[in-house]
Amino acid sequence: MIELIIQYPVLAALLAMVGLSLVFGAVLGFAAVKFKVEGDPIVEQIDSLLPQTQCGQCGHPGCKPYAEGIANGEAINKCPPGGQTTINAIADLLDVEAPTLDEEHGEEKDLPTVAYIREDECIGCTKCIQACPMDAILGAAKQMHTVIIDECTGCDLCVEPCPVDCIDMLPLESTLGEWKWSLPPRSETLALNIIASDRKAHSEASA
Amino acid sequence: MTDVAVILVSAILVNNFVLVQFLGLCPFMGVSNKLETAIGMSGATTFVLTLASICSYLVHSWILEPLGLEYLRTIAFILVIAVVVQFAKMFIEKTSPLLYRVLGVFLPLITTNCAVLGVALQNTTKAHNFFESALYGFGAALGFSLVLILFSAMRERLAVADVPAPFKGAAIGMITAGLMSLAFMGFSGLV
Repeated sequence: MIELIIQYPVLAALLAMVGLSLVFGAVLGFAAVKFKVEGDPIVEQIDSLLPQTQCGQCGHPGCKPYAEGIANGEAINKCPPGGQTTINAIADLLDVEAPTLDEEHGEEKDLPTVAYIREDECIGCTKCIQACPMDAILGAAKQMHTVIIDECTGCDLCVEPCPVDCIDMLPLESTLGEWKWSLPPRSETLALNIIASDRKAHSEASA
Repeated sequence: MTDVAVILVSAILVNNFVLVQFLGLCPFMGVSNKLETAIGMSGATTFVLTLASICSYLVHSWILEPLGLEYLRTIAFILVIAVVVQFAKMFIEKTSPLLYRVLGVFLPLITTNCAVLGVALQNTTKAHNFFESALYGFGAALGFSLVLILFSAMRERLAVADVPAPFKGAAIGMITAGLMSLAFMGFSGLV
């Protein structure tokens, strides 16, 4: 058999490579079944869309549990930090209608905010430190506290427990490093249509 | 026994794949930013390199040689390496999700790690037998790991060092690698 094949080098090469490929394909196919990773990839996908503020405004202790909740059929409009963008992205992923944000869990803010402690009013009660899910507040008992701006996700959870109401949510100042040219306004809100289109005239005509 | 020592010392120090033969430079520069990932990458590469040199030896001596197809060894070895890496990826993903998370995108990079193909090809040109092939692959991986871990430890220090602005980042990494390569030239003639 081998002598016969060796007489035809091209055939031998073809047979060898095809045979190798087939065997390796079979090995990989077997491994794909044998080493299949259990886990719910949809949870990971939803989790990656959530803003990871870990604020708990949805009623879950963090973003990952909420992602699991969504995978089990919970409403997708409970995330104020993510706002309508996140809801639309999740609705897109799950292929459902995008609902509007459920105001019960909080309102969407236009600008990203950070907590700011008015330090001369702070009495050092540490209540905001305990409330902070990101460990972004620095301080000790009877010492003035302050917020680490880079860590703060603007979830407002520290505002409520403060007994002297010395925490403000301030809009995050944009620095040169993160400044972006704002997107142009949508064409329907523009008074002037820059690109000539007969769509409007057409819809009026059909109406 | 001396044979074993000679092959190991030669593969690890004298003919170090990264610093003397300049193979496998992409992971050497790419994965050496953190000691932790470097150690993970070293483990994965050791696993893949040893297994790939064994498999490619088997393919070479059982299939290519009897059929007189030695000229196909490069493409056949690439096939073998790709399969071994893919298999290792599935295996690690199943057995150690933590390591899989650390390696992440770098695992497929082993496929294009020229050190792996280099070992397989050198095994055939040096006419190593089965045991020598496996040992040479393992030694090459140990040398790669040694250099990668040393280099990443240095880069962790470099990250906080006061480097002049024009040399920051990759530039100082390249210079460090060059100096390490010079240092490894001191091993030449040892075996």
